[in-house]
Amino acid sequence: MSEKIVTLSDATFDEHVKSSDVPVLVDFWAEWCGPCKMISPVLEEIAEEQAGKLQIGKLNIDDNLEVTRRFDVMSIPTLILFKNGEPEVRLIGAKPKGQLLQEIAEYL
Amino acid sequence: MPERRKVVIVGSGPAGLTAAIYAARAQLEPLVIEGEPSSNSDQPGGQLMLTTEVENYPGFVDGVMGPELMGIMRNQAIRFGAELRTAKVSRLDLSSPSPFPVWVGDPEAAEPTVEADALIIAMGARSLMLGCPNEERLLGYGVSTCATCDGFFFRENHIAVAGGGDSALEEALFLTRFASKVTVIHRRSELRASKIMQERAFKNPKIEFLWDSVIVDVLGDTKVSGVKVKHTKSSETFELPVTGLFVAIGHEPNSALLKGQLDLEENGYVRTVGRSSRTSVDGVFACGDVQDHIYRQAITSAGSGCMAAIDAEHWLEERGE
Repeated sequence: MSEKIVTLSDATFDEHVKSSDVPVLVDFWAEWCGPCKMISPVLEEIAEEQAGKLQIGKLNIDDNLEVTRRFDVMSIPTLILFKNGEPEVRLIGAKPKGQLLQEIAEYL
Repeated sequence: MPERRKVVIVGSGPAGLTAAIYAARAQLEPLVIEGEPSSNSDQPGGQLMLTTEVENYPGFVDGVMGPELMGIMRNQAIRFGAELRTAKVSRLDLSSPSPFPVWVGDPEAAEPTVEADALIIAMGARSLMLGCPNEERLLGYGVSTCATCDGFFFRENHIAVAGGGDSALEEALFLTRFASKVTVIHRRSELRASKIMQERAFKNPKIEFLWDSVIVDVLGDTKVSGVKVKHTKSSETFELPVTGLFVAIGHEPNSALLKGQLDLEENGYVRTVGRSSRTSVDGVFACGDVQDHIYRQAITSAGSGCMAAIDAEHWLEERGE
């Protein structure tokens, strides 16, 4: 995994997302989800390219039910963009890189 | 100048990847335009990427996970020199004889991305949605087309599955791992699914059936709270309180890019000639679910991919290439 991606958990989520100077795109994922695996390399690329402008965080839903429930995630992959600790936009399902960047562009 | 290839394969399910293995071994250096990430069956790897265990693919005594099987096929194609590009075809032009221009990205671009001497169409099929008013709005909030992705979120919940074929029962059986109850809603009074799947579903105490019933709407504000069901014989409607709806009512071919360019069946599937993969356009071959609405199995799809590669190879040879 790219060094630029941070692994989040129920314990560290709030601290990370609230204290981040840049928007945080959180990937709610699980090991058993095919489409999650497919967007993984896409997120790695985005993390490298947008370093300094956007932080990518990964939250494994199997191990972190509290945050998963708090944001009513009911389908994975779900990506939620947090700005100043607040959820701004939610993307459900795997999407190509271009579309993904387009949908978050106005928040960066 | 656009890149020129002897063989371009559009799609990367069992048909596309088997065609790639055969074409690569025939030293045709095929380019596979495999699709882009999505949560639908138009993703690289196709419909099997959304399944769990495949029990009927020969060679795997103990079964194999769908995504794993596709990973193996992909590696096998790469091993023999097929080039895979993670991109989606946006336009094909079959109006002039070979080579056929293929666009990736902007379909209006003056120049195509690649030109193919022989073109193999393996774009597959995708799940049909119900088309009722609130289905799309609640997609991802209780409405799902992927039990393996989303079943987890319905622990100890009551879920509805729409459909009566193998994929509907497969989803229903998988969902019993999580759900307290699964109601299969089917518009007829009997199932289309294979006998073995029917037997398993009937035996499962968590699964119940609503026969002769169709879902006319999905209920819920911010997430699914139920479905509105209409009994087709009595026309009575009632609400079934469920927190999830999984849709598996059938498939349609991904043939939109081909409309008006080659012969399609009335139902949109590509028409192939006799016992071959040839289409109505010389040099264009079709395989897999985009041309098969009868068998639709991973193995028949792979078999037809092999046919398409061999047909393309012969066709290129006859042209002296």
